[in-house]
Amino acid sequence: MNQPKIIRVSGPLIVASGCRGARMFDVVYVSQERLIGEIIELKGDLAFIQVYEDTTGIGPDEPVYLSNEPLSVELGPGLISMIYDGIQRPLELIRKEKGDFVQRGMELPALDRQKIWHFNPRVKINQELVSGDILGEVVETGLIKHKILVPGQVSGRVIQIQEGDFKIDDVVAKIENAGKIMEIRMSQRWPVREPRPVKERLLPDEPLITGQRVIDTLFPIAKGGAACIPGPFGSGKTVFLHTVAKWADADVIVYAACGERGNEVADLLLSLPELKDLRTGRPLMEKTVVIANASNMPVAAREASIYTAITIAEYFRDMGYSVALMADSTSRWAEALREISGRLEEMPGEEGYPAYLTTRLAEFYERAGKTVCSGSDGRVGTLTVMGAVSPPGGDVSDPVVQNTLRVIKAFWGLDDKLASSRHFPAINWLNSYSLYHENIQEFLTGKISEDYPKLKTEAMRLLEEESKLLEIARLVGVETLSLSDRLILEAARMIREDFLHQNAFHEIDAYTSLKKQCRMLKLILGFYHQAGEMLEKGKALKEIFDLPIREKISRVKYIPENKPEEFDLLEKLIRGGAGE
Amino acid sequence: MYKEYLTVSSISGPLVVVEKTSGVKFAELVEIELGDGTIRRGRVLDISSERALVQIFEGTSGLDVAKTKIRFLGKTQSLGVCPDLIGRIFDGTGRPRDGGPPVIAHEYLDINGNPINPSARDYPTEFIQTGISAIDGMNPLVRGQKLPIFSASGLPHARIAAQIARQGKVLGKEEKFAVVFGAMGITFEEANFFINDFKNTGAIERAALFINLANEPAIERISTPRLALTAAEYFAFRLDMHVLVILIDMTLYCESLRQISAARKEIPGRRGYPGYLYTDLATIYERAGKIKNKPGSITLLPILTMPEDDKTHPIPDLTGYITEGQIILSRQIHRQGVYPPIDVLSSLSRLKDKGIGRDKTREEHSDLMNQLFACYARGKEAKELAVILGEAALSDEDKIYLKFSENFENEFVRQGETQVRNVAETLDLGWRLLSRIPRRELKRIREEYLDKYYQNAT
Repeated sequence: MNQPKIIRVSGPLIVASGCRGARMFDVVYVSQERLIGEIIELKGDLAFIQVYEDTTGIGPDEPVYLSNEPLSVELGPGLISMIYDGIQRPLELIRKEKGDFVQRGMELPALDRQKIWHFNPRVKINQELVSGDILGEVVETGLIKHKILVPGQVSGRVIQIQEGDFKIDDVVAKIENAGKIMEIRMSQRWPVREPRPVKERLLPDEPLITGQRVIDTLFPIAKGGAACIPGPFGSGKTVFLHTVAKWADADVIVYAACGERGNEVADLLLSLPELKDLRTGRPLMEKTVVIANASNMPVAAREASIYTAITIAEYFRDMGYSVALMADSTSRWAEALREISGRLEEMPGEEGYPAYLTTRLAEFYERAGKTVCSGSDGRVGTLTVMGAVSPPGGDVSDPVVQNTLRVIKAFWGLDDKLASSRHFPAINWLNSYSLYHENIQEFLTGKISEDYPKLKTEAMRLLEEESKLLEIARLVGVETLSLSDRLILEAARMIREDFLHQNAFHEIDAYTSLKKQCRMLKLILGFYHQAGEMLEKGKALKEIFDLPIREKISRVKYIPENKPEEFDLLEKLIRGGAGE
Repeated sequence: MYKEYLTVSSISGPLVVVEKTSGVKFAELVEIELGDGTIRRGRVLDISSERALVQIFEGTSGLDVAKTKIRFLGKTQSLGVCPDLIGRIFDGTGRPRDGGPPVIAHEYLDINGNPINPSARDYPTEFIQTGISAIDGMNPLVRGQKLPIFSASGLPHARIAAQIARQGKVLGKEEKFAVVFGAMGITFEEANFFINDFKNTGAIERAALFINLANEPAIERISTPRLALTAAEYFAFRLDMHVLVILIDMTLYCESLRQISAARKEIPGRRGYPGYLYTDLATIYERAGKIKNKPGSITLLPILTMPEDDKTHPIPDLTGYITEGQIILSRQIHRQGVYPPIDVLSSLSRLKDKGIGRDKTREEHSDLMNQLFACYARGKEAKELAVILGEAALSDEDKIYLKFSENFENEFVRQGETQVRNVAETLDLGWRLLSRIPRRELKRIREEYLDKYYQNAT
């Protein structure tokens, strides 16, 4: 067979001839420098290759090497706490070997080959296993027990397994099937563009608790759900995603910084080791994997990065964990898709994006879900996906937003106006929505409070009314509104300022438990009802607004989680007539 | 000796197609000899087995198909660097334009640089005191940040940039410090303003200037910011200096990019700008930053003029998505005669939170800043309302806020072009403005700070 060689170079796109036999999405190595690329189109013996690295200095007639393998990630102990680029190269290691700037043509193993892990078998000799079953465990970090799974297409009878210390390339078990013996190692590879199989999909029915009041109370997301966060620049998408990554009650966090700022990645990397997991007090880094392909890193690797991220996330889901994936931002991924598509001279769809944008987005978000994992023990794992979208000018008619809306069920619309008056998180309560209320209702009434759903409905109603009343007030002045309407305005203002507004940088305010959220809302609405009664009795509006309890309510967000008695006091005060 | 090609087959806009090439590499530097012997330079944009597409930096006027000779130089565009770059003025392609001798380079660096490894980045936390209240108090700048100024034609962005370059310093430290100035397509007068300002303050002694004027080839502008940043990276990460880079005007840079894209007949994105505008801008802006265990830093202050004052135009929009905030100038505030006309509400510094507070500025800075924002925003709302309904229809509370927002613009934002307000003065000014608002309204400030700093003046 001819050695394939380059016949054209145009930025990240390379065309090579002599590639008969190559398959779509196979990985290739370009030139003597072995730059990593992927085949994205085939025409006769020509292969169109997107290259994951800078192609400066590459020219026609240089060789191309086929790998005959799709773009894959390596999965096994050692993933946690790592920071990878878009095609799973370990950035920390690259820095140690090559210095502070990322150079090209580097092939470094994704997982540490030399590290020794203590393997604890969970099955016995002669046990029959199927693909996906848990063979054993490795304590990876203080937070994660890494389950070693039987790889795909393998099943049979265990003929050898033992406890001991192994490197990831060592054989830890042997499985026999119809006379064939298969060696099992702790690591496996999986092609990133192919979803990992599951046994059964379930409906999400448990909330992902983020500690963010506007999310948990008004627009919740279920474990296994998908949410989209669109917003113009400066509206706080990244800070919000970071906050959720820090506080969400998921077992594993995979954070994909896709085409975003390098300094934001640095911020995340510096703060994660310092922040403590709420339940265990261990550093959050012990449950996090970061994929960082900053905006100035090669554009094709940016396209691959969200697949790399979600494949790693699926792998942990398969162990029975609840996993949360943050993708920041899917717009940059779509733009990478557009750039490559433009260079392929494909017919563009809306706004120059390729026509297959819709299907690619749907395929990505559909990899979220609550699932019975493959294997025979019926364990359940969840994968929650939250994707930021950065539409041009904050305009939600952008094709990436519109196509995302079709596949997600929670929409957290960030608002420029709120952000510039420093109302954070700047989630607009009028256009955001969540379709998970029904799914998680049982959980909330059972575990938190019987009247929680009722409280949030009332809060939403007040906010709705406020927006209508403000329209009227803008035309004819506040003074012309009825007293009860003005009370509604005041109550809505309290909900906005004293409940929805949350300071991500305040030590106590940054996280609020569901119980506290419920009680906070109850206080505000309790005051509103009491005030309504007072108003009926003929008390002046101004006197009601000036009651000292109001300032106390405005500061309940700063009551520590371990002092519920302060809430008891305030609740008593309100029941007794709001401290009249 | 390089192989010479006489096989130019077409010339269109800034692009030249050369036939029957061999051994040419992508992004290689090209030398073009015109019929009359003048030399121009260019870069390979697209290369196939027998044909190369070359972009000419100085434009294609005077080129012909018959006599033009093309030489491929086998290297990429680079900048010769040495400490003597400081104090010099260069043109948009890196040749001296101050009449001085050529620089003797210690080393040649590729002007495209390499991306900083995200895990090598150090998070910027050192507060830079610019002496401008609207920036220090409300949208603080830190070392290693990229903070653009979104301006529009007729607004004093040049004066503000020069003021920041003149006054900016890190409190309590004397360190090696340099300014790199990259100008793309600005007028002679504007360039002269900066050069004179640098000369008058002595800043020229520690500055390197790369200037492409409005009447010089537009295509050169593609390299100018990259040359400036290559010099900056050399100063910051080899010579351990703190470098402030000013790039003006990014809008004109983007227009050159659009020109090349159109000449290549690429599928345009929004408003005719190429689909890769975001990626291209990112390769410029992301070169700012700090690196762990290295003392130097690059702080980037790009200036762009928003066409029609429109923040959603692709250039400011994509810039805002890459940079760490933005300082927006407002025509309305400018008309009120306030200098600097900074629109505090829509401006933002994303890196402020770790740059301020105890031991950096003052403990209550963050709370105070948030409170000032909230009050000013409420005052602006009241102002809008007053326009519709008349001031008399406002509630007493709204009137307080209305007054506050006026005072805020006139006392806090307004200051002299040479006036340095240190950060303590700025914060005290903020408290003085808040003193006219009842304490119970100040919900964004912790009790302990209110006890310590708040004095009621009503």
